[in-house]
Amino acid sequence: MTALTDPMGFLLFTKGPLFNIAIAIFALGLLARLAEILLLGRRPNFAEPRAGEWLPGLRTVVTRTLPDPGTFKRAPFNVVTGLIWHIGFLVALLLFIPHIELIKGLFGVSWPGLPNPFVDLVTAVTLVALAATLVHRLNHPVKKRLSTVEDYLVWTVTFLVVLTGYLAYNRLINPYPLALGLHILSAELFLIILPFTKLTHIFTAFIARWYNGASFGRRGVQS
Amino acid sequence: MTAKKHSVGEHLRDQGVSRRAFLKFCTASASLMALPPGLIPAMAAALEQARRPSVIWLSFQECTGCTESLTRSHAPTVEDLILEMISLDYHHTLQAAAGEAAEAAREQAMKDNFGNYLLIVDGSLPGPDANPGYSTIAGVSNYAMLMEAVEGAAAVIAVGTCAAFGGLPEAAPNPTGAVAVMDLIKDKPLVNVSGCPPVPMVISGVLAHYLAFGRLPELDEYHRPLAFFGQSIHDRCYRRPFYDKGLFAETFDDEGARAGWCLYRLGCKGPSTYNACATMRWNAGTSWPIEAGHPCLGCSEPRFWDAGSFYAPLSVPTDLSSTQVLTAGAAGALVGGTVATLARRTVETAAASRQPVTADELEQTL
Repeated sequence: MTALTDPMGFLLFTKGPLFNIAIAIFALGLLARLAEILLLGRRPNFAEPRAGEWLPGLRTVVTRTLPDPGTFKRAPFNVVTGLIWHIGFLVALLLFIPHIELIKGLFGVSWPGLPNPFVDLVTAVTLVALAATLVHRLNHPVKKRLSTVEDYLVWTVTFLVVLTGYLAYNRLINPYPLALGLHILSAELFLIILPFTKLTHIFTAFIARWYNGASFGRRGVQS
Repeated sequence: MTAKKHSVGEHLRDQGVSRRAFLKFCTASASLMALPPGLIPAMAAALEQARRPSVIWLSFQECTGCTESLTRSHAPTVEDLILEMISLDYHHTLQAAAGEAAEAAREQAMKDNFGNYLLIVDGSLPGPDANPGYSTIAGVSNYAMLMEAVEGAAAVIAVGTCAAFGGLPEAAPNPTGAVAVMDLIKDKPLVNVSGCPPVPMVISGVLAHYLAFGRLPELDEYHRPLAFFGQSIHDRCYRRPFYDKGLFAETFDDEGARAGWCLYRLGCKGPSTYNACATMRWNAGTSWPIEAGHPCLGCSEPRFWDAGSFYAPLSVPTDLSSTQVLTAGAAGALVGGTVATLARRTVETAAASRQPVTADELEQTL
């Protein structure tokens, strides 16, 4: 008897057919991007390597992930807020028990989670930090001019995923199937736009960092 | 038939129900429906005076579990009292009459009480477009019988998830074209008392409310009485503190299960299920599924049979197709590979057809 318009019908649609569509678009888009990047290759370098590639590459993955003092001095807000919400997002995504169950259901792997109230607190902090990034972007004269529609789209979808998750966990939208359905829907939007926007950095950032370090290492430059 | 001419109060006294038991029933019903205590005497007075209504109970595609729920509860209970309050003129399972006599009783009751009787339905029924032969009574299709009975009904109560939402018969692939009562009846007051089966006191509570106040209780968007379906199992669950602390049973016999921790990871649908089990419990308040160590199945919600495995956590997608994901990934890799190959070919073609120019040659062109 249910239709898309009733809460349970909506939840089952987002958990069923729509999830399949979203994950298929995500897989297609992401593999197309990664395959293109990796298969394109680089011009062969015939010079004799001065040092190894792997270790400097991995070292750079770490050094470029941690904030360096220079960047911190120039843009403390970006470094601090950026780190806070990225870590918060990852904690909520990977260490919240229902998410671990989802990953276990999809890939069969699991790991220990954190207590729900802790994840709840982290999520609240993440929301505040994300809101602060938007305010900063809108008020910073340079960033405001640099920002494109894509930047705002990515911010909105990311914020919606965290916000609906927070609202659903704290049961602030009723009935609950509607709240959970909205959260799953935002996560699906996130998955769908991920391969086609700057959100791809989730997968390419570390490849790029490794590549830079490996290239330095080969030339014997400090990485 | 003469019994119906009595008021509820007179009938209860005839049956030897004490005034004290009656008032206890009124108090219990009022508190179950979250009515203010001041309304208890009013409810008692109204019930006392109320004429015992004729009730026609139609059983369609059902398993009789709902009737079992109402009648097999530990006696003597409020459910016994409510059966004394109504004049149950037609009910397959409970009536003594059979065959033509039974159908005649139904037709007589409908005629005598036209416009005033309560119609209770349990079970779904093949819809108007489905083959009516999937479920008939005395050669009459469920659809025709419902439509005929609803004509003179004052209100309709759909008892159980099958009647309320279609339930098991309506689950995919729905071979009999089953529909819920509310899919067919739009112009009569209708209450859904969902659950598989519903909590018996919810059925009696709705009847008591109707008798005492002459109208149906306040309903949610699924036409369920808010007093019983207003809060989720999760919000009223005595294991909720374990969810909040992040303490979960991971199997049915691990340390967490023995310590009574939250059953979310074992597939509990409590967070998305609205019902009164957590507060009223079952078998005269003895226990309820979660207390017995089993996750909530979500039986009072629409499409609960099609909402994925009973033992898969609520956050897990219902029908993920790994072939589809792998195919999409492979197609993506193919697209990416093609784009990369084309790009390389462009570079190679450009390199092959390159015409070197020296600085001197360039200067000569100036």
